Amino acid sequence: MKRRSAFVLSALAFGYAFLYVPLASVIFYSFNDSRLATVWGGFSTRWYGELWGNDQVLDAAFLSLRIAVTSATLATVLGTLAGLALVRVTRFRGRTLFSAMITSPLVMPEVITGLSLLLLFVSLQQLVGWPAQRGFSTITIAHTTFSMAYVAVVVRSRLAAMDQSLEEAAMDLGGRPLRVLVDITLPLIYPAMLAGWLLAFTLSLDDLVIASFVSGPGSNTLPMYIFSKVKLGVTPDINALASLVILFVSAGVLLAWLVTRRGPGQPGRT
Amino acid sequence: MNGQAASNGDSASPDFIRIENLSKHFDDFVAVDSVSLSIARGELFSILGGSGCGKTTLLRMLAGFEVPTTGRIFIDGIDVTDLPPYERPVNMMFQSYAIFPHMTVESNIGYGLRKDRLPKSEIGSRVDQMLELVKLNDFRHRKPDQLSGGQRQRVALARALIKRPKVLLLDEPLAALDRKLREHTQFELMAIQDRLKITFIVVTHDQEEAMTLSTRIAVMEQGRFEQVGTPKQVYEYPCNRFVADFIGTINTFESRVVGCTDGVIEVESAEAGSHLHALTDKPIASGDSVSIALRPEKIFISQERPDAAEDTCLHGIVEDLGYFGNLSLYRIRLSTGKIVQVSAQNRRRSAERFLEWNDEVWISWQRQSAVVLTE
Ligand SMILES: Nc1ncnc2c1ncn2[C@@H]1O[C@H](COP(=O)(O)OP(=O)(O)OP(=O)(O)O)[C@@H](O)[C@H]1O
Ligand SMILES: [Mg+2]
Repeated sequence: MKRRSAFVLSALAFGYAFLYVPLASVIFYSFNDSRLATVWGGFSTRWYGELWGNDQVLDAAFLSLRIAVTSATLATVLGTLAGLALVRVTRFRGRTLFSAMITSPLVMPEVITGLSLLLLFVSLQQLVGWPAQRGFSTITIAHTTFSMAYVAVVVRSRLAAMDQSLEEAAMDLGGRPLRVLVDITLPLIYPAMLAGWLLAFTLSLDDLVIASFVSGPGSNTLPMYIFSKVKLGVTPDINALASLVILFVSAGVLLAWLVTRRGPGQPGRT
Repeated sequence: MNGQAASNGDSASPDFIRIENLSKHFDDFVAVDSVSLSIARGELFSILGGSGCGKTTLLRMLAGFEVPTTGRIFIDGIDVTDLPPYERPVNMMFQSYAIFPHMTVESNIGYGLRKDRLPKSEIGSRVDQMLELVKLNDFRHRKPDQLSGGQRQRVALARALIKRPKVLLLDEPLAALDRKLREHTQFELMAIQDRLKITFIVVTHDQEEAMTLSTRIAVMEQGRFEQVGTPKQVYEYPCNRFVADFIGTINTFESRVVGCTDGVIEVESAEAGSHLHALTDKPIASGDSVSIALRPEKIFISQERPDAAEDTCLHGIVEDLGYFGNLSLYRIRLSTGKIVQVSAQNRRRSAERFLEWNDEVWISWQRQSAVVLTE
């Protein structure tokens, strides 16, 4: 084995410390018995227990989960359809343009996305009277629009790597296009769809900026709740809450990675 | 074109498959250029040609994956040109095999029947038959990634055969196999084709494969058919220089016609350094320039001058020789500098060579062995 230089090793250690020390300290202080967030007062899990008694936290967490599940599911359906259209439908005018445009939500500043969606909802309300109240539905729609772009990109690359003659062979053997989609295409791209779903789920759970724009009074998502509490000072129960979110999101990312890592042709069962 | 009818002795109509003026343009690139063709029921028809000449494109039009720019396709009297792939009585074995990676061998093979909604029991028994036919019984529950290349190829074949299509299209079916397995599979393919009486259209760029397999061969070049005929016709009577060169080895002598009587032409060839004779039924006049072509195995080689008066005799020296076990190849240099390739069977068993480098030899051939090429 080659000896690694001390410089490379310390750069690596520093980089990872930069990334993970803040997260680690949040988790560390979530087990702090003291009421002061940054003074160590012995080990305790009381803040986790206290979270259970806090209705505001539970409401916010429940709203966030509902939004994340709904928007991830919608985004997966729409994103998969978009990916299929971009790769499999025979060339149509402007396909390259559409192909490039699907990725724009990935690079658009969230503030802009949030603002434009807010404008859309406000003018919709004036025109057709819907949405009368901003909350669950508007945040879900907003999250769907930006996370479907991620799903489309993941699904598109999976489809592009898939041998098109598989679908042709199925059609040759008597499968109508819709059956071929169900029999061949979806089973082969479902790891990408699952990964896309998990990605959309965590993105939605994470999002503060867009949700702040399009939410209404009384509908606080978890990140919004945390942010509003932190403005008044960091309390230990927020540390506990943040630790739970970290756990949840890393589990999601890990799962997404495990699913995509599986090679083509082994999507589990037949 | 030399479109003689099928000669496999069937009374079947030669129009089982009829292709009329079929063309395919990709933007302004012409991949297939108004091809017309008739194939009889039960034929094993090969399409032979170099890489990129349009073989796969032609096959894909027959299967329905590519919409022809012009022309029509009839199968068993029905115009299928506008039918989608899943409604054509045609199945295809893909160049890449295209085996569904998420299904077992068994469900791959049964896929076509399941799409036809046949009863489960019938699907089961026909899958069993197919597994028997391609000798994959022990592998029925395997996934494709647990199979060897040859086994995968047999799965693809079984899957394409199980619906008993009127026509089976095979795109380079043996390209991925090693030589031994390929020869073995060639005969298996022929046996299966004979048993099931399905019309096969095989695409290949391997001329030996086409010669052994087929009832007829079409030689394709730049989207057109240069010649269509039985393996014998294409080999012994190539219609032009491209076909002669493409199939096997051939020696050509550039010549000018000096006389023509009763189908026997006499030519003067600077390359051969003498007058040559050949038989032809093509309309040829004195003064035309033609090539006289000869297969290496049609030429006799001897140390003494042969005395048959009708034959053509030329003198030369052995420039090079190669020993191939069953036969020897010689490159003979004529006094004009022209190199002629000759092959001879090694009839006698002997450790010594019959000829050595720089030996003086005579080469000779019968005039009916020579082919006259006008293009
Ligand atoms: N979809 C396409 N768009 C543009 N050109 C194409 C397309 N498909 C094929 N071609 C061109 O048409 C020509 C014929 O292709 P085809 O695949 O039929 O060749 P082939 O005879 O099967 O060759 P090979 O022996 O290498 O498989 C090639 O020059 C190829 O580049
Ligand atoms: Mg090809």
